[in-house]
Amino acid sequence: MIAKFGSSWLSVWLLALGVVLSSCRSSDAAKTEAEPAPGATRPAEAASDAIKVGLLAPFSGPFASLGAQIEGGIKAYLDTQGGNIDGRKVELLVRDDTGAPDVAKRLAQGLIVRDQVDFIAGFALTPVAMAVAPLATEAKKPMVIMNAATSSITTKSPYVVRVSLTLPQVTAPLATWAAKNGIHDVYSLVSDYAPGADAEAQFKKTFEAAGGKVVAADKVPVNNPDFAPFVQRVKDAKPEAVFVFVPAGTQGIAFMKAARERGLTEAGIRIIATGDLTEDQQIDPMGDAALGVVTTHHYSAAHASPENDAFKAAFAKVAGTQLRPNFMAVGGYDGMAAIAAVVRKLGPGKIDGDRAIEAFEGLELSSPRGPIRIDPETRDVIQTVYVRKVEKRGESYYNVEFEEYPAQKDPGK
Amino acid sequence: MASFFGIVFDGVAYGSLLFLISIGLSVTMGLMNIVNLAHGAFAMFGGYLSVWLSARGVPFLVTLPLCFVALGLAGAGCERVFYQRLRRRSQLDQVLFTIGLTFVAVASAMLVWGPVEQRVELPGALRGQLQVLGVGLGAYRAFLIALVAVLSIGLVLLVEKTTFGARVRASVDNESVSAGLGIPVDRVFCLTFAFGSGLAGLGGALSIDVLGLEPTFALKYLVYFLLVVSVGGAGSLGGTAVASLVLGSFDVAGKYYVPEVGAFIIYGLMIVLLLVFPAGLYGRRA
Amino acid sequence: MSSDVVPPVDASASAPPIVARAPGLDDRFGRLEIVFWLLAIAPLLVLPDYLVLASQVLIAALFALSLDLILGYAGIVSLGHAAFFGVGAYVAGLLSVRGHAEPLSGLVVAALASGVVGFCTSFLVVGGHGLTRLMVTLAVGLSLHEAANQASSVTGGTDGLSGMETSDLLSLLPFDMLGKTAYLYVLGVCFVVFLLVRRLVHSPFGLSLRGIRENERRMHALGAPVQRRLIEVYTLAAALAGVAGALSAQTTEFVGLETLGFDRSAGALVMLVLGGAGRLYGAFVGSCLFMLLQSVFSDIHPAYWQFWMGCLVMLIAFFARGGILGYASDMLMRLRERRALSAAAPAARTRA
Repeated sequence: MIAKFGSSWLSVWLLALGVVLSSCRSSDAAKTEAEPAPGATRPAEAASDAIKVGLLAPFSGPFASLGAQIEGGIKAYLDTQGGNIDGRKVELLVRDDTGAPDVAKRLAQGLIVRDQVDFIAGFALTPVAMAVAPLATEAKKPMVIMNAATSSITTKSPYVVRVSLTLPQVTAPLATWAAKNGIHDVYSLVSDYAPGADAEAQFKKTFEAAGGKVVAADKVPVNNPDFAPFVQRVKDAKPEAVFVFVPAGTQGIAFMKAARERGLTEAGIRIIATGDLTEDQQIDPMGDAALGVVTTHHYSAAHASPENDAFKAAFAKVAGTQLRPNFMAVGGYDGMAAIAAVVRKLGPGKIDGDRAIEAFEGLELSSPRGPIRIDPETRDVIQTVYVRKVEKRGESYYNVEFEEYPAQKDPGK
Repeated sequence: MASFFGIVFDGVAYGSLLFLISIGLSVTMGLMNIVNLAHGAFAMFGGYLSVWLSARGVPFLVTLPLCFVALGLAGAGCERVFYQRLRRRSQLDQVLFTIGLTFVAVASAMLVWGPVEQRVELPGALRGQLQVLGVGLGAYRAFLIALVAVLSIGLVLLVEKTTFGARVRASVDNESVSAGLGIPVDRVFCLTFAFGSGLAGLGGALSIDVLGLEPTFALKYLVYFLLVVSVGGAGSLGGTAVASLVLGSFDVAGKYYVPEVGAFIIYGLMIVLLLVFPAGLYGRRA
Repeated sequence: MSSDVVPPVDASASAPPIVARAPGLDDRFGRLEIVFWLLAIAPLLVLPDYLVLASQVLIAALFALSLDLILGYAGIVSLGHAAFFGVGAYVAGLLSVRGHAEPLSGLVVAALASGVVGFCTSFLVVGGHGLTRLMVTLAVGLSLHEAANQASSVTGGTDGLSGMETSDLLSLLPFDMLGKTAYLYVLGVCFVVFLLVRRLVHSPFGLSLRGIRENERRMHALGAPVQRRLIEVYTLAAALAGVAGALSAQTTEFVGLETLGFDRSAGALVMLVLGGAGRLYGAFVGSCLFMLLQSVFSDIHPAYWQFWMGCLVMLIAFFARGGILGYASDMLMRLRERRALSAAAPAARTRA
């Protein structure tokens, strides 16, 4: 029996909950609109003509920072266009998939069936993309991958288009560069999931074909807190360099901490990695320990181009200056730019999935990262991969590009 | 051999950190018989407080005692308001309440600081390596071990030599008799809980560099703390120490020698130890 | 003198007796129950856009129901029950990936598999008490999660098991994106399982479980085979959790590591207590409310969801242990008391 005191508390609480819920309903509707450009009026007929883009990304849980970057990139692009494409308003419907594929699948189904989106975009993680792909096929909806990097994703459905990167694509040039620059044996250390497997396999293939040797390969659990034992193993093997792939974010910091504590660089072992290790959002916390690390990736915030400057300015405008945009934000930016280009190509009227995919194939864009093209055969991205070194500029750290490998296709297919 | 020494060193460092945070949980569970799943949240807020203070120019080493005091006060507050009433409730109630509290803590951290991992400014002296007997050991980890060792000696002295310690020991052994003897059991509980929370906060601040700090910290490492307490025996200082060292070392060694199985080892070890010692290694309550 | 005073007992003899009907002890389907199951069919007709969400609510409810068997009826607090959900999900998933995509047979195999795992781990769990037992359930859950993670060549590891296809239900109804078949399937299985559990709970077996929950020592003294009962119920609960897991795998055509995770175990616990443990419908009420709140709140800001759910859980732990159904039943009882008292009052007033 609840105390009398208790039951009245519960009633008050339920009442409060009801109030909060009802107020939420109204703000819920408000959230799904895209920010209108200042001073722009909304033409009355635009409502039926609107382009609906569903964004599926993680905004909570361990991968929350990924969603924030992607959304920032998309909004930055929309801001440069005044919130519409050729007069058609863009409605961005944001859904938090929490990184869980089953949640993502349900949300995607809702976006397709209930909200009738024209494009589904986002996809920060491979499993989510894999889970939603069959839905895209069944509904004939274009699916724009803005981050997930496993090679096989684009083969899962003829409606998948990728604007981000694949691991083999950025790893192969690293192996080539290493072989050309006097590194003969390498210890491979990757995280144990699909992109990691892709990276490990590609590095070994390219490096050994160029005459190098991978002395050992370790796989680290994905959310591993402490890299010390793994770094120790690398140190014991005394290779000339260690090739590292970990998911962008906290894992990179954890690795660098362990490397600093164990004195990896002092022991004469170079650290070479894909750009995920030193990605722009987490490079500052790494500090001096990251200096001199050589990585390969498709985007650096330090890339000198007018497109990049415009992108960074727009990003700061929509997302504030706390967050430095990284390659995921560029994925969002370019993904939205690609969608806009396709919409412009198709002209007015309802977006047909098959024609949209045709329009994506062969599409060329001047991205903040450099020139990119969507491969008409694989619907994957073809882009320049840069070799960069971490340097300090003023108070902050940046990946400074010093060599490039243009027009790289995904060697994984 | 050098690498073995390095692994042992790392294991001891990791174990020391676990010990520092878990000791509060052990006392709460052993003394007050409360399953406090929100303990990780106290540690987490200790970390966030340290980051917040550092951002305002307070040197890292100075933030440590401040975190201890602040989280101690928070613990005392929580004890008076919530935990005191939870003591007489069933285990399910305690589990539920503390899970709810943890959710609130994680969500608050997410809302205030965002999902990004926090960085800590270590003083220069703690950043490098120490050369001991030809082996390079992390300076920060050495500092950790030294600090926890000193604190442990202090704790032992506190428990064995002071009146307060005697009262704590009496209350753990038999609450009603102690109350009958005139020991202000309620106040003892409150102070002990506060102390344990303070230590957790301190541990949280120290762990930013080793374990990383972001909103899911409270849940992610809770498992390890619970492991340590249940294996070591709730309420026992020695048990918690041994359990943290054992679990810390096995975890690190496991990842080094058999990385394919790594994380598995501590769970398997825990099940085995619990089967053999159902009350924990040094436990008093069955 | 004494004859003038009308003791309350006499008064109540003339008024209708306030025998509080211990809810659920008799086996007939109450009116409310029939209404509930009719409402459950409603989404097929009224809310076709929300069928996928409705399916997931029912699956969560089924999982919470299996937890209710051990928590609400036998009194075992488990933080690792998702282990069995996950086993069921992976078994159904692997069967489908290896070519055997028929849903019903996959369901049965998954239930058997998780039942076996439940049986094997039951010895670890029922032997302990209090904190130890809680930790062991947690450890079992975590170990299975880690095992699935390690065996990535089989389970797909962090990436999850994809490439699943569920073949037509009864070779007639295909599983499509709109989710009609899925919902029908899930509802059907739920109902069957519910009937089974209901029967069980009203049987002597169910009563002995309640006895064990209330006072284990006394049950020992009465000669009841406590250990065996607990092992039996734990195994059954594991099998039912496996059924829920298999349903989840087959309807979403995907299995990930989070099916085994702590979040899922804790979520089921919260759902169950929210609705009311030890009352079969508590699982359903709780999961409806939980999933509804989650989809509403998460849209606004995911961190808000966690925050308010945490607050709600804290309040329930303190003030509404019986959950929503407990609160409702208490209110009902109090209403009846008040009614009976007011019926007795006129009789009491006749006293000088």
